[in-house]
Amino acid sequence: MTLIAVASIVTGGLTTSLGCMCPALGEGRAVATALTSLAQQPDASATITRTLFVGLAMIESTAIYCFVVSMILIFANPFWNHVIAQATGK
Amino acid sequence: MRLSPDQMIFWQHGFLKLNGTIVFTWGLMLVLAVGSKLITRKLSTDLKRSRWQNLLEIIVTGIEKQIEDVGLRHPERYIGFLGTLFLFVALAALCTIIPGYEPPTASLSTTAALALCVFVAVPLFGIEEDGLGGYLKSYMEPTVIMLPFNIISELSRTLALAVRLFGNMMSGAMIIGILLTITPFLFPIVMTALGLLTGMVQAYIFSILAAVYIAAATRTRKPRPAPVPKT
Repeated sequence: MTLIAVASIVTGGLTTSLGCMCPALGEGRAVATALTSLAQQPDASATITRTLFVGLAMIESTAIYCFVVSMILIFANPFWNHVIAQATGK
Repeated sequence: MRLSPDQMIFWQHGFLKLNGTIVFTWGLMLVLAVGSKLITRKLSTDLKRSRWQNLLEIIVTGIEKQIEDVGLRHPERYIGFLGTLFLFVALAALCTIIPGYEPPTASLSTTAALALCVFVAVPLFGIEEDGLGGYLKSYMEPTVIMLPFNIISELSRTLALAVRLFGNMMSGAMIIGILLTITPFLFPIVMTALGLLTGMVQAYIFSILAAVYIAAATRTRKPRPAPVPKT
């Protein structure tokens, strides 16, 4: 029973940390390239900005997946609920 | 810890439940429908017009211009669907200012329903443009080997649409809830403002992605494929 709790907590923390770091790096590179191209061609700024936002949303969604998984592990953990139900049912 | 407005039950009878998601969705629908009906009762085409009509015209022409920029040549065909998506998600995010309100898009049911609407609408618009055979042939576009990958990409981007909107809205609500137990005075207000910003951005992203998918399904294939990003 404590094994399930330990595994859930450690996995939740690891998921959140990786899910915060890696998309942030990707988004930083995307914004840097967008700023460079904006400086080179300011009259295309509407297209560049829109494409930048779409790309950022794509990258952000992987971070959201990690967030959702860690929320499930912490708050709606099926293994933990099953173990608790068994312990109280006993 | 309340994960979604699904768990706010207003009324229950047997297995029929009126939960927060349903009630707030109906409220939003009422505001949008009744508001637009009241504003468009007396439309005027000369320079003297009410400010609400001006507001609606700004919104409609703005959305039309965005749809045209994405590559759809006749925006009036698609603005009904795409404009409704944008207005619903944006109003759902905007109303978080009202106390006691939880955005219905913070529940996976609402976002899954919206993503399924896009999933059904993209083939519908594609078939309307190309005919059934032409649209189905587009799945084998570069080579026949790409057929399973094209189908998988259709399914996965629908899933991505649903989870992206759900995750953004739910995380906003949850951060505010957690901060209320830690520092009740300043930070929840700041985080509500941030949640408002991300809500509007996500509304824009949802409708722009739907427009991009529709544009990818309805582009003319014969002469030269236009460069449209495919997820």
